[in-house]
Amino acid sequence: MSIEAAPVTDPPATRVITYRQALNETLRAELLHDDNVFLIGEEIGVFEGSYKITAGLLTEFGPDRVVDAPIAEEGFVGAALGAAMIGMRPVVEIMTINFSLIAIDQIVNHAAKMRSMFGGQVSVPMVIRMPGGGGQQLAATHSQNLEVWFAHIPGLKVLAPSTPADAKALLTAAIRDDDPVIFIENLSLYSSKGEVPDGEQIAEIGKAAVVKEGTDLTIVSYSRGTTTALEVAHKLEAEGLSIEVVDLRSLRPLDRETICASVRKTGHAVVFEDDWLSYGIGAEISATIGEGVFDFLDAPVRRVAAAEVPLPYAKTLELAALPHAAELAKVVREVLNIAPVNSAPLEK
Amino acid sequence: MAAKTRARTAEVQTFPGDTPADVLRGYYRSMSLIRNFELRSSEMYARAKIGGYCHLNLGEEATVVGLMAAINKGDYLFTGYRDHGYALMRDLEPGRVMAELFGKTTGVSGGRGGSMHMFDSEARLFGGYGIVGGQIPPATGVALAIKAKQQAGAESDAVMCLLGDGTTNIGAFHESLNLAGLWNLPIVYVIVNNRLGMGTTVEAASAEPDLYKRGASYRIPGIRVDGDDVLAVRDAAETALARARTERQPVLLELMCYRLRGHSVVDPARYRSAEETTIAQKSDPVPVFRAQLIAAGILDDAAADAIDAEIDAIVDASVEFGDASPDPDPADLFAYVYATPVANAPSALPGDPVMEAL
Ligand SMILES: Cc1ncc(C[n+]2csc(CCOP(=O)(O)OP(=O)(O)O)c2C)c(N)n1
Ligand SMILES: [Mg+2]
Repeated sequence: MSIEAAPVTDPPATRVITYRQALNETLRAELLHDDNVFLIGEEIGVFEGSYKITAGLLTEFGPDRVVDAPIAEEGFVGAALGAAMIGMRPVVEIMTINFSLIAIDQIVNHAAKMRSMFGGQVSVPMVIRMPGGGGQQLAATHSQNLEVWFAHIPGLKVLAPSTPADAKALLTAAIRDDDPVIFIENLSLYSSKGEVPDGEQIAEIGKAAVVKEGTDLTIVSYSRGTTTALEVAHKLEAEGLSIEVVDLRSLRPLDRETICASVRKTGHAVVFEDDWLSYGIGAEISATIGEGVFDFLDAPVRRVAAAEVPLPYAKTLELAALPHAAELAKVVREVLNIAPVNSAPLEK
Repeated sequence: MAAKTRARTAEVQTFPGDTPADVLRGYYRSMSLIRNFELRSSEMYARAKIGGYCHLNLGEEATVVGLMAAINKGDYLFTGYRDHGYALMRDLEPGRVMAELFGKTTGVSGGRGGSMHMFDSEARLFGGYGIVGGQIPPATGVALAIKAKQQAGAESDAVMCLLGDGTTNIGAFHESLNLAGLWNLPIVYVIVNNRLGMGTTVEAASAEPDLYKRGASYRIPGIRVDGDDVLAVRDAAETALARARTERQPVLLELMCYRLRGHSVVDPARYRSAEETTIAQKSDPVPVFRAQLIAAGILDDAAADAIDAEIDAIVDASVEFGDASPDPDPADLFAYVYATPVANAPSALPGDPVMEAL
């Protein structure tokens, strides 16, 4: 028997780019990949996007593929939905998640329902991209984390990447998926950098990732929160604690397996989330852990979430209301029943 | 702020119309105040004393002053997020407006709203609104309540609801105008047409770019006025408000002006051609009005400079007031979430346990 050498495939080359650039390159690649893909949203063409995600794309692809829409969220989200019903693949940009509330009827009552309600005869291959997040003094109406609104809805898929590599691989997957996908970005992630593999990368939707392994406690988070979770985990590592970090990546469907497998190992869990505490993403994670691995828990699951208040503009109040590394580290220590060591305070 | 009721003594004959010289000088002073305040806001933003989004009324001074010269003290005013000038013209202390931008407790909204969300219930400034079109349905509702509570007539209150040209494309605008037309509400909708919504021209966003015509579907008369002409704005707004008060006839007023700078303080407006920028600068209402008053002998350079210097001191003082004012105390974070206290209202800070250990 001759032994054939397994074909050696080099891992793809990587580049360090920003989350913003990863999104921009992916949109460009998908516009090239499929003629049915088009972009639509406010200020995405001439203005190149409020957060410059679509820079250069109008020039390259023209106004049929990069459609500047008036301020009419309900109208153009619904129009994208209609185009998707006959096989186009619209990628909608809603300037921020706050304005999605104007389009909520088209998203929740229509996009999410079409396939089931019409007996599987039509599908809606559309993506709605939008950044959420507070912390930039944009005040109550412009600082929200409304992901749970969408994560609650059957028929939608909801993604929330935390790294440039995931932004690329999940956005590609979202555009190629045949269902409405809500793609949640975060204002404070756009300039963050990370290694991104070259070439086509398609993530599997519905899977969480263990982004740091550990044995003492699991932090579950997503989007911007994952970057804070990693910061805290590394910091506590230096104090001799072994923290595992699970990045959800997909909020619907939710990868309960990966969450429970991690907690089965560590026996402790803390959820770090940017949304409000009551009925938030963390409530679902806590319930999952309670039902799935109760016997393995050495302490109650805790959640670190935003204070339940319309977010004020003033910096002092905004800082007090939003969850930060310091509160996460405090709660991790409380769950592990460890007194804080004297060390440099974590950034508020 | 200029008094609403103007003596019709024809003191000035060289300037078109019958507005007395002191009133005209008052308008110049008001325009100078807005100009100076906005330039200072921009500077304070660059120095990181102001955060978040910050949209200025630069270039819209004649529109703001003309409208606010027409409105009665008892009328309700709703605006979008480009609201600093309106707050100043409703006679709010410039220091309190600056303090709001600084996020201080002495700010008009207690530092909780910031640039986009100026509110003063006493002055009946019923809010700057950050969501495009968000102000239009509640403004319409105030008019509904006025109609229910007050007799039509010169003594009735009315509502003035400001919005941008881009804002006429949102559903809330059309739904609200239909309600106002259907129910005969005492409201004047004012489109401040600065020809751009962020980087998008009116022609690129509105199938009917003559925005005043958009009232037609709702049987609301529409009027277009030169927004750089403070007197024309004032007169049109007075007439419209009078119709709202006495006839319960809603009116749509479109005021043509220019945005002198970017959409917000951080927008360099690169999408704008040099030609367009030149046009905007040429029609800049502040120097134009100053020159008109000087040509008419109502002001001379020295007098205009003296007004500007007085304003400069007022704006200096507003910055000092803002600087000296206290930051809100995090202990007050939950102060205004609910009007009626109830059991179990959340008051946890991030990281607090949901339950005290039993
Ligand atoms: C519902 C909603 N969509 C989008 C935005 C983002 N946005 C803020 S201002 C603006 C442009 C509005 O233009 P216009 O009505 O002309 O007012 P102007 O800024 O010129 O005063 C947009 C798109 C928003 N705040 N709310
Ligand atoms: Mg405009």
